[in-house]
Amino acid sequence: MSIPVGASPISEAPSAAQAGAEALGAAVTPTQQLWRTFRQDRLAMLGLMVLVALVLVALLGNLLTSWWGVFDPATVRLPDKLLPPLSEASSALSKDLLPPFHMYPFGTDELGRNVFARMLQGAFVSLSVGIVAVSISLGIGVTVGGLAGFYGQRKLVFISVDSLLMRFTDVVLCFPTFFLILTVVALLPPSIYNIMIVIGMTSWMSTARFVRAEFLALREQDFVTAAQALGLPEWRIIFRHMMPNAMAPVLVSATINVAYAILTESALSFLGFGVRPPYATWGNILADGRSYIFDAPWLFLIPGAAILLVVLAFNLVGEGLRDAMNPKLRKRAG
Amino acid sequence: MWRFLARTIVQRLLLLVVISIVSHTVIHLAPGQPTEVDAMNPMMKAEDVVRIRKSFHLDEPLHLQYLHWLKDLATGELKSFRDGLPVLPKIWERFLNSLPLFLCTTVIVWTASFPIGIQAALKRGSRYDRSTTFIAYTLISIPGFFLSYLLILWVVRVFHLPVIGLRTFGTESASGAVRAMDRIWHLVIPSLMAALTGIAVLSRYVRAQMLEVLGQDYVRTARAKGLDENHVVYGHALRNALLPFVTMFGLLLPGLISGSVIFEQIFAWPGLGLLGYEAILARDFPMILTLNFVAAALTLLGILLSDILYALVDPRIRLQ
Repeated sequence: MSIPVGASPISEAPSAAQAGAEALGAAVTPTQQLWRTFRQDRLAMLGLMVLVALVLVALLGNLLTSWWGVFDPATVRLPDKLLPPLSEASSALSKDLLPPFHMYPFGTDELGRNVFARMLQGAFVSLSVGIVAVSISLGIGVTVGGLAGFYGQRKLVFISVDSLLMRFTDVVLCFPTFFLILTVVALLPPSIYNIMIVIGMTSWMSTARFVRAEFLALREQDFVTAAQALGLPEWRIIFRHMMPNAMAPVLVSATINVAYAILTESALSFLGFGVRPPYATWGNILADGRSYIFDAPWLFLIPGAAILLVVLAFNLVGEGLRDAMNPKLRKRAG
Repeated sequence: MWRFLARTIVQRLLLLVVISIVSHTVIHLAPGQPTEVDAMNPMMKAEDVVRIRKSFHLDEPLHLQYLHWLKDLATGELKSFRDGLPVLPKIWERFLNSLPLFLCTTVIVWTASFPIGIQAALKRGSRYDRSTTFIAYTLISIPGFFLSYLLILWVVRVFHLPVIGLRTFGTESASGAVRAMDRIWHLVIPSLMAALTGIAVLSRYVRAQMLEVLGQDYVRTARAKGLDENHVVYGHALRNALLPFVTMFGLLLPGLISGSVIFEQIFAWPGLGLLGYEAILARDFPMILTLNFVAAALTLLGILLSDILYALVDPRIRLQ
């Protein structure tokens, strides 16, 4: 190619449809192409490894903390209050209370609970808060965006479906998000599900806009016309033919939204509206730890560093995906 | 132009009414009554609860409550549930507290982001670019209050600077210069910490925007003409790269309320965010609703401002 790199500006998000068309010539599937480019981004690969490790830790941790008695994160061991990391359990404990290997890898908190066990349980809970919240926001966003993109021209009495749904999106965008989350979480009864639902219901707007834009572009593509000419039912065109092609930008924003949800949960915990006990999340371990910042800094530093690492990993993977989907960058890399 | 303005303003006002109705419904339908805040108080009898509910119109149907709220807001007689003081003067007073913090943060963010972002774009792929990228992602990924606590400890230990609140307690009798310095320290440090995330986000945008513009044909033409590099970068590229940031300027306004809850809580800064937080804790419905309303109004005003600014700086845009 003689065209210099970066000669043509790409102002909108690259669509998977373009990517697919390009991949035809190279005789690799778009997914393979994506992986090839993604693999060259070292930071993003590092992030991906952290995420894979995190998922393993969260799953294993959930098994350990719920099935192995000595690993119970709620066990109170008052003789062992506020012990620094890597310290040994005191001999005053009865035998069935002793932690595994008689040691606290991350120390203990103000009630003598094993911080390592709490962090393990918190990994699972924090991750599920992020993933459930993002699934909710994806569900709403894809539905609203898909409806607006596909049925946009239909008239409902005096307003078209598209303007109705998009004006509604604008209304939600005008709410001060964090303030709204705070209000609703403070008024609702405290429960982990409410927090997931509220975070999900306040973060779907960008997904809806992306999906709508993709659908508007895809509607004009030949393969959709072909599917319509074959007489396929509408649901099949939407879910089987258009949806997979509209997923690229959605995937990026979903990855970054998980990071955002984990941060929001920790901010809510800080203000006292986070996930309540008995669940431990990284956010509430961090928020509780700040009262002991002088006496037991590990209670504050360990969860903080863990959140930083995981959120950073999600962000790096999201950005890596975005770059890998950008055809301009791909040409350079390939 | 004028027709566009008139039409958008009418549309935005309608939108504002819809937003206020939605938020009113959400807040009133959520469980948790204002009368239940002090449920354990033995002095609260059932008839007191009825009396309180009656005096605040809480026993009436929702749409009537909404009309009461709207009427009181319009006449400026809206009173807080918590202390019976009028809501609007209270918000104004807190707004004046929030404003310096907001302005200082904004100035720091916008002056720091541009040099950092432009340098990163010019030296794309260099060590400088990669390290600023990584630092920016780290700052975006760190929980705001975690970073602030660590920085507060550091600032207080190393520089012995005062940080919490509007001013140091007990300096009322000190000389003017001492008090002024005290206020400045109390203002600058929270602004710096609040600005860190902002710098990280904005410098990434600047970098992306500059990279895009530097690849354009007219930049190559300018270079081909033999202009010196400074003129190409600042005279041709930067001027065009600035366009999208004009839009962002208007969108800063709503950050005045919702962006500040955490930082005002950390620094005990009596601003709008803290006011909202206290109102939420006390189930102070008129205050919550009015703050929500103000925030939505600021958002809409911000969008309008950015539309107008965009049309002013970019002759290709025609508002219709």
